[in-house]
Amino acid sequence: MTLPTLVVNQAHVKHRLAVDGPLRAPAGSITALLGPNGAGKSTLLKALAGIEGAALDARLGDRQLAGLPALERHRVMHYLPQLGRGGARLSVHEAVLLSLKTLSPGRVSAQDLARVREALASLHLLPLAQHSLDRLSGGQYQRVAIAQAMVRRPEALLLDEPTSALDLHQQLRVLEWLRREADQGRTVLVALHDLNLAARFADHCWLLKQGRCLHAGPARECLVREHLEPLFEIHLNVQQDAGGTTFQPLAVRQVAPRE
Amino acid sequence: MTADAAPLAPPATLADFRRHERRRRRWLWAGGAVLLLAGLADLLVGPGHYAYREVLLALWRPAEADPVLRITLWQIRLPTVLLAALSGAGLAVAGAQMQTVLDNPLADPFTLGLASAASFGAALAVVGGIALLPLEGALGAAGNAFVFSLLAALMVQLLGQRRGTSLEVLVLLGIATMFTFNALLGLLQYVASPDALQQLVFWTLGSLSRATPLKLAMIALVLVACLAVSQRLGWQLSALRLGDTQARAMGVRAARLRLGMLAAMALLTAVVVAAVGTIGFVGLVAPHMARLLVGDAQRHFLPLSALLGASLMCLADLVSKSALPGVVLPVGIITALTGLPIFFLLILRHRRLS
Repeated sequence: MTLPTLVVNQAHVKHRLAVDGPLRAPAGSITALLGPNGAGKSTLLKALAGIEGAALDARLGDRQLAGLPALERHRVMHYLPQLGRGGARLSVHEAVLLSLKTLSPGRVSAQDLARVREALASLHLLPLAQHSLDRLSGGQYQRVAIAQAMVRRPEALLLDEPTSALDLHQQLRVLEWLRREADQGRTVLVALHDLNLAARFADHCWLLKQGRCLHAGPARECLVREHLEPLFEIHLNVQQDAGGTTFQPLAVRQVAPRE
Repeated sequence: MTADAAPLAPPATLADFRRHERRRRRWLWAGGAVLLLAGLADLLVGPGHYAYREVLLALWRPAEADPVLRITLWQIRLPTVLLAALSGAGLAVAGAQMQTVLDNPLADPFTLGLASAASFGAALAVVGGIALLPLEGALGAAGNAFVFSLLAALMVQLLGQRRGTSLEVLVLLGIATMFTFNALLGLLQYVASPDALQQLVFWTLGSLSRATPLKLAMIALVLVACLAVSQRLGWQLSALRLGDTQARAMGVRAARLRLGMLAAMALLTAVVVAAVGTIGFVGLVAPHMARLLVGDAQRHFLPLSALLGASLMCLADLVSKSALPGVVLPVGIITALTGLPIFFLLILRHRRLS
């Protein structure tokens, strides 16, 4: 089976996004979406997932995304929103089960339960399975959200800052899970804030600013001072050593004119 | 609460899952038993003061009973109890689904103004003889009620879509809607004939005293249809509880689902209000009780809400008959007096959480 690569040729949303490609997020690797706040990272992810209307020319393998029926599109791609918190009184097991059942409605089968169990187990959620969602911590809730995505077994996973509300331990775990998903041949496209996490885990990067893509390519080409300093308008200290590349933000590069 | 805190293993097999489900479903059986008891109690008590044994006998063997008792029981008390149960279930289902699709714990047909709008519409048909839909009699009243409750629901939907509309603002809008239609109802009262005035009091206070087979059939039909549709869309409706974006990411057409459910609930509210007038808070309280017992999963939550709503209404009817000796109070007054404290409690609790 050939692994489907996500290629974005064009994604335009009025006033917010004007990305012209081709941008490639190869299957089996993690592609990081980097850029300052308001760069259009969420908008791009939502446009790809079909949640936000956009003039879109993007393909997953040989399928044109805009041409896919809605149901099929939500089956092959799954968008994970930024950490939301609901007050729903649903058990963790129920929440993951319903993520699967919105995909394939009908009676709950033994196969469904096995898939839910597998997703829960891989995110170490089995001990929490009967806990109510409204009692989970932020990190636990994020794990449930990822389990909800995994149980659907999408070909491409789109994640919107999955690490933003998490402590360091949870951040690393989330990215390790994403690495495992990528190793299974999925396309993983993830919006990140943390350059060091991106340097550690990303294979490819798309650099976004003011709704445009400034640069895209293999991570080691993108994550260099020449690209990152103008992207975030900061001075950076970049260190290369045996452990990899680390970034240390030093100062704001130019003060934005104030009114 | 304790059941949720215990770290139970997730169901490993289909048999385990079924066992889990059965445990939840036991609450439904309990709800059914409560409804039976409440309905029976409601049946036994009432003007006429017959001995309970006599009433039970007349229920069991109508042919052998005293004719007056037979007529009282079969033509007055039984239809009233049925109307109480059906309208209570209808209001509870409408409240439950409005809370689900609007993600608003304070929502119900009464607090969002749908009930007042519907009751004005129904009164317009009964007092003014104006039917907006080509229907007559009780159907005309229900049709008018539907038109107005649908309008109120659309207003709720439009405002709810706007950014930054908090849950409280939505309820404020509901209260404003209520004031509006109460003022219009007052206008109708002012111009109404003394005979029609009597009827208007009925709409404003809520009453179970005018049960007819047509009204009962109408509520039952719409209720069953709403339950069936909700059952079919159960997973999607539960997904809405996770938040809008999350639900849409799962492929749920959130906006369409929300609008469709609101319209269905407007219809349910309309047929109930056209039959019994404005009865508040049953639709608010019953779903909260159900949620506390079985959580938000639709397949348990909705039927239990219906059963509890029906039970509450039967109990309210019972209280309305026995609170003051010799007087049957309008049942809407009973539900308002008992429901309002709970409404206050919900508002305060919500403020603390947010």
